[in-house]
Amino acid sequence: MHAVIPYVIATILFGLGVYGVLRRRNAILVLMAVELMLNAVNLILVTADVTLMSSSDPASASPGGYRGGAFALFVIVLAAAEVGVGLAIVLQYYRTRRAVQIDEVDLGHERETAG
Amino acid sequence: MTVADALLIALGAVAIGSGALVVTSTHLVRAGLYLVVSLGAMAGLYLGLGAGLVAWVQVLVYVGAVVVLLLFAVMLTRAPIGPSADLDRPAWPAVIVGGGVGVGLAVLMVDAFRWTIYALPAPGNTERMGAELFGNWVLPFEVLSILLLSALVGAIVLSRPDIGAREGAAREGAAPEDAGHEGSDA
Repeated sequence: MHAVIPYVIATILFGLGVYGVLRRRNAILVLMAVELMLNAVNLILVTADVTLMSSSDPASASPGGYRGGAFALFVIVLAAAEVGVGLAIVLQYYRTRRAVQIDEVDLGHERETAG
Repeated sequence: MTVADALLIALGAVAIGSGALVVTSTHLVRAGLYLVVSLGAMAGLYLGLGAGLVAWVQVLVYVGAVVVLLLFAVMLTRAPIGPSADLDRPAWPAVIVGGGVGVGLAVLMVDAFRWTIYALPAPGNTERMGAELFGNWVLPFEVLSILLLSALVGAIVLSRPDIGAREGAAREGAAPEDAGHEGSDA
């Protein structure tokens, strides 16, 4: 297996996620783009475990698929928690303002410092 | 170019193509469904790399739970069925930063790994993964369970206006954020 293939796939997906976060106005679409970025990081972790761990010092490192896999599982759990709280915030904001456009969010402290 | 390479390239093309549609589609619901395709292709990539448990957890948690949650949010915010015109901001800053990050990291990776061939390890089994998780990573595991509990409590506090906005109707906009911080600190 050529290691560069999954690495390049992951970096392109991460770039797409950054593009989506900066481009989208809808808060739910921004969360979707964040999911893309987190998945790209997961792919990097799993691939690094397969390529780097198995090649360097095979005596001490556990064989491939375990250490990076454990971190990928942790990232998946973090992403689930992030989406739960994030969507609760989005829905609460929608309930009070009837909008999900994140570039029109009125931050109260900006008015205080400006005025 | 082996069978594993061809499989990884094909799955990666699916993941990247549907990922591009997620960030460019003008239909909210279609963006969510393309996200399913992209995450499914990523699960296939994990399988191809020998991380079977991560792949199935990805299918269960992401495709099964996170995307369903996102689609519920799309419906609860009364998103229109057809294409929406006001989903995007001007493209140029996003293209410059996102393209710069993607291409820059890709060039870095290509330069670091060239065309080196690594032998794929034997596919991981769940028993070894469990031993790794509960042997070396017990403390992060327990911290994560506390974080999940506090995220759960925080989401409930945020979604209930009767406990979120206790300080009066004047601060109704600011109160949910305060409640969120309390929830995540608990």
